Amino acid sequence: MRTVSRSGAALTVVIVTALAAFPFVFKANWVVNIAVFTMMYAGLATAWNLLGGYSGYISLCNAAFFGIGAYTIANLFPTSGGPPGSTPFLILPLVGLGAAILSIPIGWVAFRTRGVTFAIVTISLLFVAQTLAFLMRSFTRGSQGMGIGVPRFSVATYERPFYLALLAIFVFAVSVCWYVRRAKLGLTLFAIRDDEDRARGLGVDTEIAKLVTFATSLGITAMIGGVWAYYITYIYPQFAVDPLITIGMVLMVFLGGKGTLWGPLLGALLLVPAQRLLAQNATTARWYLILYSGVFLFVILLLPRGIIPSVQDLVARLRSKSDRDTSSPAATVPTVPTEVVP
Amino acid sequence: MRLFVQAVILGVLAGGVYALMASGLTLAFGIMRVINVAQGVMIILGAYLSYTLFTHFGVDPFLSVLFVVPVVFVLGLVIELVFIRPLRASEREELSLLVTWAVALGIEGVLGLVYSTTYRSTIPSYANAAWRIGGFAVLQVQVYAFALSVVILAVLGLVLAKTRFGRAVRGTVQNPASAALLGVDERKVAAIGFGLSVATAAAAGAVYGVVTPFNPGSHYDLISLLLTIIVLGGMGSLPGTVVAAVLMGVSQALLATYISPTSARLTFFVLLIGILVVRPQGLFGAVERGKL
Repeated sequence: MRTVSRSGAALTVVIVTALAAFPFVFKANWVVNIAVFTMMYAGLATAWNLLGGYSGYISLCNAAFFGIGAYTIANLFPTSGGPPGSTPFLILPLVGLGAAILSIPIGWVAFRTRGVTFAIVTISLLFVAQTLAFLMRSFTRGSQGMGIGVPRFSVATYERPFYLALLAIFVFAVSVCWYVRRAKLGLTLFAIRDDEDRARGLGVDTEIAKLVTFATSLGITAMIGGVWAYYITYIYPQFAVDPLITIGMVLMVFLGGKGTLWGPLLGALLLVPAQRLLAQNATTARWYLILYSGVFLFVILLLPRGIIPSVQDLVARLRSKSDRDTSSPAATVPTVPTEVVP
Repeated sequence: MRLFVQAVILGVLAGGVYALMASGLTLAFGIMRVINVAQGVMIILGAYLSYTLFTHFGVDPFLSVLFVVPVVFVLGLVIELVFIRPLRASEREELSLLVTWAVALGIEGVLGLVYSTTYRSTIPSYANAAWRIGGFAVLQVQVYAFALSVVILAVLGLVLAKTRFGRAVRGTVQNPASAALLGVDERKVAAIGFGLSVATAAAAGAVYGVVTPFNPGSHYDLISLLLTIIVLGGMGSLPGTVVAAVLMGVSQALLATYISPTSARLTFFVLLIGILVVRPQGLFGAVERGKL
């Protein structure tokens, strides 16, 4: 088992400190508002990467669990209950746990399929969840939407608690990823990605590994949905269970680098601020879908492995080149896809 | 009993159109291992093109198929060349799903710019005309739509079974490497096959617009239905797709009749989960290459 590298630990401390300090340095509400959404997607993308990046199973139903988290918070803290303060944040771990347990039977059925069929089954689940969000009026009040008690946070720093809660979930998600990559579970996931049949043939229990990862990833997603609902304070089915949220997290993982620890954060940092600014401007909002699809196509066709792996390849190639210039003609450094990289 | 027969008739008529919509998906998956999430938006595009021809030039929606099919065929060729061909074969299945989803979003965005998001419907003079046969009422447009779907599916089946191109397609589906060795131009088969698969969807779209109101976002409703149909049909089996589509149409109609129209929207979910628990490979499991 690999010990913590010093540079990796230093990088982690720098990133987390910078993220934690951000709302105290840049205080304008609109800036922190963008930061809230960036941190939200960073957490969602990291959670998606846990299954999608490490095991290669493309799950497209994550936005459904985002909605489940959102509606759970909305039901627990309705507008009529008065301002809930910080209680919703404290109850989130339970929401996440509940969603994770709910996801297990769903995962059990979905994992009867593999590869592209798994993606299709989960995408169907997403559409079903959206339909259910409209139909289950006792839980969601359908298309009339649902209000959540508005907190009495100070106006000047209104966004800060939401940002910090999302940061905490993000740090939790990254810690889970970091741990999984070093634990037997990570090796199992990598084995599934590389050759599931061979892994099973060698006696690896792939079913449990897939289910545990699926449930963890969706539990984290539901917690983030809960914070989102509390921040927005009024939710509608079409935004709580939105295919664009699923697309967003997948896109950010692909942009930053599938299967890397910090790739999802990088993807979110690059895309979300641009996305928020575009969506807020009336003219560009009409072009929003077209621009979104353009960026998506660009990333998948021209940068299919994402920024972090591409940069690492480049560095490795430059290094091996300089090695060769000075010493023996060493073989070019191969890029091992399962290599654990920061 | 009367209700039951009426529901089955309506379900079979709807299922025929679903079969036409979904057969293109199966074809593209069989030939290229591509899951085309843009199939739904191609149907909506067909519906809008037909709508425009009807409202501006008075072209009958069933006649407009002759115009819609070639236009969308060319669009399909372009999408295959620009977006799908560059994908590496090893990652094609998964990445094609995301790439075509992005294409779907782009086309949805363009349709939103051109037509706005208001619901539209193509309403020819005979839109509400119905036949009464032995006490059962059927809308004429539904019968026409079903007939058109059967004709196009039959032509597609004949092309695959009898022509040189059809043999090339079947060869590619069975074994791409051997087909290439025997002189089949795999790239040409892929491009034309993809063009055909979306053109059939657009043909179905032209008639879909007569039966159902639509807006640019409607493709999500369609694609969830179609993906379920091809999973039920066993991914890559054309007869399986047709049977699954009719099954879907009939169960939707029965649920709408006996329980409620809203619950019918969940039919595909219930069917999907049920089938996956019992038969993960679908009704006609063509999980391995070799069938179409």
